[in-house]
Amino acid sequence: MSREGSKVYESLERALDAVGVESGMTVSFHHHFREGDLVVNMVVEALARRGVRDLTLAPSSLTSVHAPLVGRVKDGTIRSIRTSGLRGPLADAISAGLMDEPILVHSHGGRARAMDSGEVAVDVAFLGVPACDERGNANGTAGRSACGSLGYAMVDARNARKVVLLTEEIAPYPLGPASIRQDQVDAVVKVDSVGDPAGIGKGATRMTRDPRELLIASNAARAIEAVGVVRDGFSLQTGSGGASLAVVRFLREAMLRRGVKASFALGGITSQLVRLHEEGLVGALLDTQSFDLDAARSLAANPGHREIDAAYYASPGGKGCAVDALDVVVLSAMEVDLELNVNVITGSDGVIRGASGGHCDTAAGAALTVVVAPLLRGRLPTVMDRVTTVVTPGRSVDLLVTDRGMAVNPRRPELLEALTRAGLPVRDVAWLKRLAESYTGVPRPVEFDDRVVGLVEYRDGSVIDTIRRPKALAR
Amino acid sequence: MRLRRSMLYVPGNAPAMLRDAHIYGPDSVMFDLEDSVSPREKDAARHLVFRALKDYDYAGVERVVRVNGLDTPYGLEDIQAVVAGGVDAVRLPKTDCPEDLLAVERAVEAAERRFGRPSGSVKLIAAIESARGILSAREIAACSPRLVAIAIGAEDFVTDLHTTRSPEGVELLAARSLLVMAARAAGIMAIDTVFTGVDDEEGFLREARLAKQLGFDGKSVIHPSQVALIRFVYEPSPEEIAKARRVVEAAADAEAKGSGVVSLDGKMIDKPIVERALRVLALAGEASE
Repeated sequence: MSREGSKVYESLERALDAVGVESGMTVSFHHHFREGDLVVNMVVEALARRGVRDLTLAPSSLTSVHAPLVGRVKDGTIRSIRTSGLRGPLADAISAGLMDEPILVHSHGGRARAMDSGEVAVDVAFLGVPACDERGNANGTAGRSACGSLGYAMVDARNARKVVLLTEEIAPYPLGPASIRQDQVDAVVKVDSVGDPAGIGKGATRMTRDPRELLIASNAARAIEAVGVVRDGFSLQTGSGGASLAVVRFLREAMLRRGVKASFALGGITSQLVRLHEEGLVGALLDTQSFDLDAARSLAANPGHREIDAAYYASPGGKGCAVDALDVVVLSAMEVDLELNVNVITGSDGVIRGASGGHCDTAAGAALTVVVAPLLRGRLPTVMDRVTTVVTPGRSVDLLVTDRGMAVNPRRPELLEALTRAGLPVRDVAWLKRLAESYTGVPRPVEFDDRVVGLVEYRDGSVIDTIRRPKALAR
Repeated sequence: MRLRRSMLYVPGNAPAMLRDAHIYGPDSVMFDLEDSVSPREKDAARHLVFRALKDYDYAGVERVVRVNGLDTPYGLEDIQAVVAGGVDAVRLPKTDCPEDLLAVERAVEAAERRFGRPSGSVKLIAAIESARGILSAREIAACSPRLVAIAIGAEDFVTDLHTTRSPEGVELLAARSLLVMAARAAGIMAIDTVFTGVDDEEGFLREARLAKQLGFDGKSVIHPSQVALIRFVYEPSPEEIAKARRVVEAAADAEAKGSGVVSLDGKMIDKPIVERALRVLALAGEASE
């Protein structure tokens, strides 16, 4: 240590010596660096070198950059994984039966609930930050790899037995505002890089120019307006995905036309939402995750743009969360079925390639849950008898909007009436399915064997579905 | 009253676009077998378009196919395939004189007989793309009872004229006006040329407003995003709609009373005013009898 009170260790190795990571422990990470994350692979490699085995990995999510973990599962370093999502080679390998234990897929709110309640006890949290001071005050808005909100990491920081910060920059004390605080942090390690800035903002949120996505978004916005949500003081969230993000643009037009303002926007914050905030059309931005660099900039600059942690955002276990105050959420879907159950985790081939995220949390909380999807993806229908994997139950979905019409949950007859009155193309969900199949035929179902490779947790911790191994991947 | 505000071009060799073009809400979809399809893909595109016409439900959107000219090796087969497929209208490119169109009419007539479609069920649209064609527009417009519209194709036309397209479109002014007059004289529709700057919303709106002001009934478009813009340009204002409703009601009242004279607010309403009011209501999407 360099001086009294400083927690800076000269290397990750020394920090690991100090906090003591042993076989069988649970280690956690956050995914604020998204496709640019370097921390998970770096730490797991270091632990493997030390001969640590049987780890439980508890990141808030994983992406395609985490392919090297395949080798660490094979050599016994990692025994189990719990995450919101995963894609790429690791997801493919897990779908094919890489792990002895099924992975556990949780929602963002479900993860915060499980950690705050002690159901998941994290031994050591390894949290990458763009900058922190020598005593462990950190935020995501300063530095080369600024990622904006550290909303997911904040839950780890307050719950883990030991907290190690990996930082690119040691800032003068006291760094503020402190998203992660000195009283939570055991060790600080300076590393060359925690994230690749190109990957941090990647893929996220440029406004789509795809006419189909714009058509879906425009229909969704018309529906939201028709059912009376666009009024002064309403609140909104849009999930990731071109169509759902594009809804913001059309809602903006509706707000200007009606002369109304929103009280807050929640969740993943994008440059489009920042624009509305800076125009005065949205009061507060409640940010668990900044989807692009413009959002990260705004978090530092705009007092109304507030960082919130995942429990504030969506935990069903605390005394209240922001999703319950939402008037409308717009969410994407890979598959939707006749009961309006939604799959966002497995592809049409049964292989894991998505993330649960805040999908079921926001759907449960929002007064109006709108799911947007094209009716066909390539040669396959999006609407079907039964989704491959249920992530969000149909009872919390109110409206499905496709490029070929929309369908209302029968539990919401008043929505049906309002949409019909507005002349919107409302159909039965079974009608949409038949229309899709009139183009594609009825797809042959994917066959699975008995090997369970994943469990999908609902936000309350109950298992809502299992993910089995597609027969095509069994050897 | 069928509207043709937007005719959305779809390359005949793009299966997903053939399947989906109508969801963007154009008044007509126009599957192209001509310039957007290379010679080596002509047969495949013709087959795709035939299957699309046969198999897909376009929910009442007019299905037009732009065929190759009869002076090419593909034109006759194109016509036979699309008539067999059930096309609503055949669009002939590069129409220079009535004989070009009459030859297509004969081929369509023969195909109707061969494939058991009622005689006259397939409509024609003639695109005029040369100085010679523009100067024959009056004769072309009047030469066939199947002809529902004439259109101007600007790219070939300005080349023929030894000039280029300008943002203001001054080089097209005379041709556009002649085309509209020829259409009106024959009692058919006039369709404006495409605007190729897909990302230039302002430029598109400027050109579409000009075309509307000149009297065009609509415009060929090459991107789904242009469909909504066209509808916006042709959308009557609430005041225009309210006034049109009152005019049409007054005309209906007069007719019910057996009176030949229509008056509203103490003023006499001429027949053209009633016609214009009916057109406003049609553009507003209100059915009129």
